[in-house]
Amino acid sequence: MVHLAKGALALMAALLLSTAASAQQRVLTFTTDNNDPAPKAAWEQLVADFEAENPDVDVQMNIMDREAYKTAIRNFLTTDPPDVANWYPANRMAPFVSAGLFMDISDVYAANDLTTQLASTLPIVTQDGKQWMVPYTYYQWGIYFNRTVYEQVGATVPTTWEEFLANCEKFKAAGIDCLTTGSSQLWPTAGIFDYLNLRTNGYEFHKALTNGEVAWTDDRVRATFAEWAKLVPYTTANHAAIDWQDAVPLIVQGKAANYVMGNFAVAAFKEGGMTNETLGFMPFPTINPDVPRAEEAPTDAVFIPAGAKNVDDAKKFMAYVARADVQTKLNAALGQLPVNAGSTVGDDPFLQAGFEMLSTTPGGIAQFFDRDAPAEMAKVGMEGFQEFMVRPENLDAILDRLEKARARVYQ
Amino acid sequence: MPATGKLNQRKLAPWLFLAPGLLMFMIYVIIPIFQSMWISFYDWDGLGEARWIGTANYVELVDDDAFYTSLKNNVIWLLLYMLAVPAGLMIAIFLNQTITGMRLYKSLFFFPFVISQVVVGLMFSWFYAPNFGLFYSLIEWLTGSGVAILADDRYVTYGIIAAGLWPQIAYVMILYLTGLNNVAPDQVEAARLDGAKGWRMLWYVILPQLRPATFIAVVVTLLGALRSFDLVSIMTAGGPFGSSRVLSYYMFEQALSEYGYRMGYGAAIAVVLFAIMMIFISGFIWKMWRDETER
Repeated sequence: MVHLAKGALALMAALLLSTAASAQQRVLTFTTDNNDPAPKAAWEQLVADFEAENPDVDVQMNIMDREAYKTAIRNFLTTDPPDVANWYPANRMAPFVSAGLFMDISDVYAANDLTTQLASTLPIVTQDGKQWMVPYTYYQWGIYFNRTVYEQVGATVPTTWEEFLANCEKFKAAGIDCLTTGSSQLWPTAGIFDYLNLRTNGYEFHKALTNGEVAWTDDRVRATFAEWAKLVPYTTANHAAIDWQDAVPLIVQGKAANYVMGNFAVAAFKEGGMTNETLGFMPFPTINPDVPRAEEAPTDAVFIPAGAKNVDDAKKFMAYVARADVQTKLNAALGQLPVNAGSTVGDDPFLQAGFEMLSTTPGGIAQFFDRDAPAEMAKVGMEGFQEFMVRPENLDAILDRLEKARARVYQ
Repeated sequence: MPATGKLNQRKLAPWLFLAPGLLMFMIYVIIPIFQSMWISFYDWDGLGEARWIGTANYVELVDDDAFYTSLKNNVIWLLLYMLAVPAGLMIAIFLNQTITGMRLYKSLFFFPFVISQVVVGLMFSWFYAPNFGLFYSLIEWLTGSGVAILADDRYVTYGIIAAGLWPQIAYVMILYLTGLNNVAPDQVEAARLDGAKGWRMLWYVILPQLRPATFIAVVVTLLGALRSFDLVSIMTAGGPFGSSRVLSYYMFEQALSEYGYRMGYGAAIAVVLFAIMMIFISGFIWKMWRDETER
């Protein structure tokens, strides 16, 4: 049985359900932010399958709003932690792990051979030599584009930056935005920066930069912004006023050609009426040919809060989510890529393209700016990216501000 | 000794009656104020160990561009929000007539104050929205190119203040409408006989009698401007690139938002905001105290 409760109703529902669940069943509470229709259905299916395998456990799923969850997690972890919850690995989990709010699940990794099955993501769930999260999905970033407008202006799908910018000129002549985005929530700008920096300076430099080892006023960072400056005139003018979802119709209606986004956007494009024929995907074009191609693929994961009451079943749930066949089924429903090496990727063309792209990446795979960099740096950085996209002439002031933040954040 | 017993009762009774209120006030207002001041001397992420860093948060604040942007916006808010007072007065005078259906018009004017600030924020966001917003289309029709108010760092704060003024004017209007009910008709009559009309009547006869209402209107508008958090949060979340932040939102951003893990820094901002509010609040209290002792 899956029980849904939201916000203030959660407590009431929990009270009602505790009497409804049969006496023999142990309750496992699971708080999650998967409130979009597709992920929600996928997780409900997973919970149902888990309960079928473990009839003595009753999983109570509490679904919260995705944006609200990002701030609520601090409250519920310190006051009334569930048995299982989801969050993002790397730097996004670091403050919670340091504060002792996550449970060490290294034993789950050891008992289930997860260090080899989930080897690709081991570094980002490991802190202080212990494992804290079980990743269940990841997805590629890249450029999603409208094939119809490419044909309309006679542009070919570019592989180099020069070709991409030449296409932009064609789109501009036709009154089409070459690149669109919605930056009011800031994070979409970080995807563009990450790719420009990965293509200009490569993965190692990007990693050093997000780790605070390189100055933001460095000439190599300036080189990245110089490439970005070429793109700014071709970008949707009022991006700062709209969310990423608001920019989707621009692609669907052919008012814009390209969108630097994660694969989760495919569902939104298709909802708008695009098909595998009209929607295209390409890796971000090459800027500096001497830099090995690196990609961006954020990972999502589940964890056990330190204050969990039903630890045994929570660990059982961790092991279950990590399993190859479970991840195959979950990600087929999510439309994303499974982390477990033994899983198979769904046959959706965008998933296949993403998997192909990521598994042949020679340079390295970045998580995302706000997971590779600490929270404070991420916030100041993304604000700077947005400002640059609106006022490129402020570059010096922006970089000085980022450098000041770096000096403080990484001390 | 019955005399002293009565005396004790007299002394004690007010405090006993005040005790529940005072206790609540201590727990929810006074103690948190001092706690915030205390936290502002720490480097604390809200989760782990707090580290004493003395006045470092304040030193950083002095050198923080975002802080000055917020402060500047707060000042703009304070100044422009004051427009609600004359505007509210104007509408109140206009509505203070006896015509059939006046109750309906009054309630229509009062309507924006009844709906939630969140709804006001959303409505104005759509109003300003690029491509389909009414205001955007209007500007586009007039000038040929639209302006996305909420995406432009030059206009965004004014756009939000305009949204805030809408319910605030309604609030002030209600204060003045009740005030106008108490205007002595004989004084108006006497003034009329003396030949007072129009502006002079308003300025020398009506307004002096509306002083209590004006005082309250100014107080609530000032505090409303300093508390301007909900509209900023709903309409722009401080953006674009932090240009519409106000101090209260900046505090929230630093201490409690998605990427904010700096309780100490947020507390320092809160203390500064509190100090600014204190200037006004003590001014009001002083005025009230003076008015009462003069009588």
